[in-house]
Amino acid sequence: MDLSSLIGSIVTVVFFITFLGILWWAYGGSRKARFEEDARIPFQETDDLPAGEQK
Amino acid sequence: MEVTTYNYKIVRQFALMTVVWGIVGMLVGVLIATQLVLPDLTHGISWLSYGRLRPLHTNAVIFGFGGTAMFTVVYYVVQRTCHVRLYAEKLASFTFWGWQAVIVLAALTLVSGHTTSKEYAELEWPIDVLIAVVWVAFAVVFFGTVIKRKTPHIYVANWFFGAYILTVALLHIVNSAELPIAFFGGSWWKSYSAYAGVQDAMVQWWYGHNAVGFFLTTAFLGMMYYFIPKQAGRPIYSYRLSIVHFWALNFTYMWAGPHHLQYSALPDWAQSLGMVFSLVLLAPSWGGRMNGIMTLSGAWHKLRTDPILKFLVTALSFYGMSTFEGPMMSIKTVNALSHYTEWTIGHVHSGALGWVAMISIGSLYYLIPRLFGREEMYSMKLVTTHFWIATIGVVLYIAAMWIAGVAQGLMWRASNPDGTLTYGFAQVLNQMYPFYTIRLLGGLLFFSGMLLMAWNVWKTIRVGKAVDDAPIPAPARA
Repeated sequence: MDLSSLIGSIVTVVFFITFLGILWWAYGGSRKARFEEDARIPFQETDDLPAGEQK
Repeated sequence: MEVTTYNYKIVRQFALMTVVWGIVGMLVGVLIATQLVLPDLTHGISWLSYGRLRPLHTNAVIFGFGGTAMFTVVYYVVQRTCHVRLYAEKLASFTFWGWQAVIVLAALTLVSGHTTSKEYAELEWPIDVLIAVVWVAFAVVFFGTVIKRKTPHIYVANWFFGAYILTVALLHIVNSAELPIAFFGGSWWKSYSAYAGVQDAMVQWWYGHNAVGFFLTTAFLGMMYYFIPKQAGRPIYSYRLSIVHFWALNFTYMWAGPHHLQYSALPDWAQSLGMVFSLVLLAPSWGGRMNGIMTLSGAWHKLRTDPILKFLVTALSFYGMSTFEGPMMSIKTVNALSHYTEWTIGHVHSGALGWVAMISIGSLYYLIPRLFGREEMYSMKLVTTHFWIATIGVVLYIAAMWIAGVAQGLMWRASNPDGTLTYGFAQVLNQMYPFYTIRLLGGLLFFSGMLLMAWNVWKTIRVGKAVDDAPIPAPARA
């Protein structure tokens, strides 16, 4: 196996593990509330919502 | 003194030009669709020949209409979700005039026959340099605004916008590496690619497919993550899914380009790689789409009465269809039938009209009243009419192209027992006439919807007043 395909394999594995890490981070139970809060960022201002839909 | 208002002027400028470039780009589309039915339409005038107008159409709708729509929403959303006024406003103003200059120069050079002949990268090097400068300015304004934000977290729409800005810079600069012949005493409007042979093809389709992936997909998904929750009046279905959606899309899209070069001189492994990554893409595409659609759960009744939501949700349906169709077409055996046929044109327009244009139009109908101090558009009835005209137009367009494409592919590959081809090129072309006519009708419908929109926007502006005092909310508790 030459060097460039070895590097290719290593990078693929590292990216895959990174992606698993992202999955774990996104779905970790301790961060549930925090992400629900983040989802509300577009609603932290009520001034431009049509009448009747304001929270 | 603390700045207390958002910059809406720049958003307004881009919003209005989006409508203008939409009309121009789609009009050219209608013209070339007519040329395919009536080949002598423009009497052989070189400036109006199909070969010159086709790249003008693609550039005007992708970079003119789509690009200007993205500047509009990026500048609006980044301010409103970061709770700060735009960073480097003079630079933002430069991006407006610079981008408009790019589109005007594109129109002038393309019709006069100056082209690099690289698809979606036809513009010659002086314009490429201008695009790069404008894009870097765009990046400074966007990331500068994100950095000085008052909200603790960067909202997901901005992640998508950031990926769009970074990757488009990378794609444009690498693919536009070219040698102007002016350096050797030649014309100022001709250059040759820095790459040769199959490498040139691979770089070009790495660029070309990511122009679809990051310009026409990632950017407009950012649009979805802001405008669908806002219009539905509820937060995105799953914020955690949106994070996974973002990274999954970014990890896979970059590698799908080789599917444009199936059965070409490209090494076989690279063709298979392109196919596999295209198939993998189905997962993030549909995950993201479900996230948008499920945001409406509990609010489905709004779809019945709200034409803006109709635009946004129908856009997601077309997004789902074309991101299923795309991976399928990248499979080598399917590609052997579909490549170089009208099926590809149908696929592209299912994405471009159904997804990109519809989500942009919906977002503009949300934005324009807010930018001009109105509760809603001048006529919401007309928005509903626009929705139905546009939807029928897209369906006619893509159905005609599917039938035409499959027929074309089957006829091209049919052979007699002695190995000769069953059908000549002209015989296949003859079969296309009815479908080209239906496609023209579909395109005309979509185009006339844009004219209704222009009139509605004009009336909204006339009764409204430009908003320049939209207040920035006081710093929220984290």
